[in-house]
Amino acid sequence: MNQILKKRVLTPVTKEIVVSAPHIARKAQPGQFVILRVSEQGERIPLTIADYNREEGTITLVYQEVGFTTKLLGKLEPNDTIMDLAGPLGLPAELPEKGCVVAVGGGVGVAPLLPKCKELHKRGVNLISIVGARSSDLIILEQEVKECSDELCICTDDGSRGFHGFVSDKLKQMLENGLKPDEVVAIGPMPMMKATCNVTREYGIKTWVSMNPIMVDGTGMCGACRVTVAGETKFACVDGPMFDGHLVDWDEAWRRANTYREQEKCANERCRCGGEH
Amino acid sequence: MAARKSRIEMPVQDPTARASNFEQVALGYTEKMALEEASRCLGCKKPLCVQGCPVSVNIPGFIKLIKEQKYQDAINVVKSTNNLPAVCGRVCPQEAQCESKCVLGRRGQPVAIGRLERFVADWELEHGTPEVPEVEPNGKKVAVVGAGPSGLTCAGDLAKLGYDVTIFESLHEPGGVLIYGIPEFRLPKDVVRKEVNYVRNLGVKIETSFIIGRTTTIDELFDDGFHAVFIGSGAGLPMFMHIPGENLNGVYSANEYLTRINLMKAYLFPEHDTPIVSGKKVAVVGAGNVAMDSVRCALRLGADKAMIVYRRGREEMPARAEEIHHAEEEGVEFHLLTNPVRILGDEKGWVKGMECIKMELGEPDKSGRRRPVPIPGSEFVLDVDTVIMSLGTSPNPILVQTTDGLGAHKWGGLKTHEETGRTTKPGVWAGGDAVTGSATVILAMGAGKAAAQDIHEYLESGSTDW
Repeated sequence: MNQILKKRVLTPVTKEIVVSAPHIARKAQPGQFVILRVSEQGERIPLTIADYNREEGTITLVYQEVGFTTKLLGKLEPNDTIMDLAGPLGLPAELPEKGCVVAVGGGVGVAPLLPKCKELHKRGVNLISIVGARSSDLIILEQEVKECSDELCICTDDGSRGFHGFVSDKLKQMLENGLKPDEVVAIGPMPMMKATCNVTREYGIKTWVSMNPIMVDGTGMCGACRVTVAGETKFACVDGPMFDGHLVDWDEAWRRANTYREQEKCANERCRCGGEH
Repeated sequence: MAARKSRIEMPVQDPTARASNFEQVALGYTEKMALEEASRCLGCKKPLCVQGCPVSVNIPGFIKLIKEQKYQDAINVVKSTNNLPAVCGRVCPQEAQCESKCVLGRRGQPVAIGRLERFVADWELEHGTPEVPEVEPNGKKVAVVGAGPSGLTCAGDLAKLGYDVTIFESLHEPGGVLIYGIPEFRLPKDVVRKEVNYVRNLGVKIETSFIIGRTTTIDELFDDGFHAVFIGSGAGLPMFMHIPGENLNGVYSANEYLTRINLMKAYLFPEHDTPIVSGKKVAVVGAGNVAMDSVRCALRLGADKAMIVYRRGREEMPARAEEIHHAEEEGVEFHLLTNPVRILGDEKGWVKGMECIKMELGEPDKSGRRRPVPIPGSEFVLDVDTVIMSLGTSPNPILVQTTDGLGAHKWGGLKTHEETGRTTKPGVWAGGDAVTGSATVILAMGAGKAAAQDIHEYLESGSTDW
C-alpha cells in the first residue's frame, strides 16, 4: 500500500506521482484530497487528488516543492512508499451538468483543476480552460487539460508564452468580449483565486474556489482549517475544500496561511543543509 | 493493627522543575509504598468499590494479591476486565468512582485504588510477561470504528471471546484521545503504545489512516463480511464561542493545540516537523481536564504567563481536583467568573489581547450549577498573545451523513440504547464521546465493554430482533 508506482517531473519544482491506494481510488471524487505523512517525525499535509484510476487502484498527486514536507516527498522515487496516506477527504465538488464553464488554473493549481475538467467534459459541459504560470516552463498538464477542453488559453506572467498577463486578466478580457459562462472554477495560489473572484463578481458569475489551508487531522477534529465564508466560520476539511469564492474572507485566509512562516524558514534551512531525517 | 487513616502519598516531580519539561508529573508508587497502601484495604466481602468502577475491576481481589506480592497474578485479575490498566491507573477520576465508595473514606481517606492499579500495570510493563489468553476463533468478524478507549476496550473484549476484530483508525497512530489529547506528562505515549500492543496481541487488527465514512462506509463493512460494527469515533469537532477575533492568528482549539503537541510532537520542533506557536502570554478558555492539559502544555512550551479564563467559579470547574491542584502548583493563574467578549488583533492579524467581562453567579441553570451572569460595565482587556478555546466538542457528522438509518440527536450525539449501546441501525453499536459528548476515558471504556457483551449475546443468539 501507498507505494509510488510512477514519477514524472513536470517542472523543476513540480512533481507528479502515481500512488497505489486502492481504498482511496475506489472512493475518490473530483474536489477531494488526501492527508499524508512522509516520515516518523513528519508533519501531516493535505494534497488534492489530481486524478484517480479505480481499476488500477491508483491516485495521482501533484505537488510543488515549497515546504519541508513536499521537499521530502520530492526525494521519494518509484517503489518507495508514503508512510501514511488517508482519504479521500472533504466534500466532492458540486459541478454543473450542462452549460458553459470556465476553468481557471494557476501554477500547481492546474493539477487539482484537472479532475474537475475531466468530469465536466464527461458531462458534456462546454469547457473553456485558462491555464497560467509565471513563465512558460512552469506550465503543467497542458496536454491533459487540452484533451478535455473545448478551448484552451495559455497565459504567462512574463509573456514567454501565450497571453501576457495573469489568468484573471485573460478571463476579464473574455468576459468583456461577451463570453457568458454559467460558472467559473478557479484553483491556484490564493492571490490568483482572489483576483479571479474580483473579476467575476462584477458579472455576477458563480465562482468556485478550492481552499488549501493549514490542516492537521483533515477530518474535522482540530479546526486549524477555519475559513470565514459569508461571515460564518467553516472547516475547509469537512465543509469544503470548495467554496463560493465571492463569499470567502480572503485577507483572513491569507493571514492564516502564513501562521508558521517563521518556523517554515527554520525547517527549510534544515532541508537545504541536508538535515532531513 | 488498625489501618492508617491517610493514604500513602505518591511522589511527584517538583512543580518548578516539571513546569518546563514534558516528563511525567506523578511518579508512581515504589513496591514498598504499594505494599503499605495495599495493607489498608479491608478486603470487604461485599465490595462497594467494584460498583463504582465502570468496567467492574475485582478491586479487593487484585489488592489482596499485591499484599501477597503476587504482582503478575494481581495484574491478570485487573486485565480480566480492564484492557488498559496503566492508562486507567493514571487518568481515571477514581475519587468520583471506585474510591468514592471505599468504606475507609467514611472516617479517613479511601484506599488509593488508582495508584495501586497503576503500580501493578507498570510492574508488568517493566518486569512481567503479559499473558494472552488462548482463545478458539469463532469465525465471526466485528469492525470497530476508532482506536480510542471505547474502541480498544470493545475490540479487546471481543477478541477474548474469539471474534476476528479489526479496528479502523482515522489518524496514523492508534490510541485516540490517549495519543492526541492527553499530554505526555500525564500519560506517557510509551505506556499507551504498550497497552495498544496488548490489545493487538489479543488478536485485534488495527488499520490506521482509514476513515470510516470516507475510505469506506459502514454499509460496505457489512458487505465485506463483518457481522457487527461498533462506533467509538470520539469527540469530534471543536466548539468555538463565535465571538469577534476567533480566527486571528494565535487562536487555537484545544483539540488542535493538544494534537500538535501530543500526536505530532510539536514541542520537539524542529526535530519533529510540526510547528506550534508557543505564546508568552497564553489564555485557555474553559476549566475542564482538557483546559488544564492545554494550560499546562503552554507553560511547558515556555509561556511566562499561562491563564485559565472561566465564566463560572472555582466550585463549578469541571476538571479533576488533582489536575487543578497540579496546575496551580505549576503557577497557572486562574481568572474565574470571567468571560471573553472578543479577541483583539494587531495590524498583522495576530492576537494582542482579549477583552473579557466579569461575571457573577445567579440562579442554578439546568446543569444544576449557578448560572454566570455578566456584570455590566466590568469589561477589561487581558494581555495575551495566544488563546486556546477549550469549550468541548460536538460529534463528527461524517458517519451520520454517510450511514443510512444511523440516528443522531439534534446536538450531534448518536442515539443509543443506554445499557447495550445499540444504535438505531441493526448490527451497529456505539459508545464513548460519539454518544455522550465530551466525557472521561473510563466512561468510554465502560460503554465499549457493555457493547462488546451485547454484541456477543446478539451474535450468539442468532436473533435478528433489534
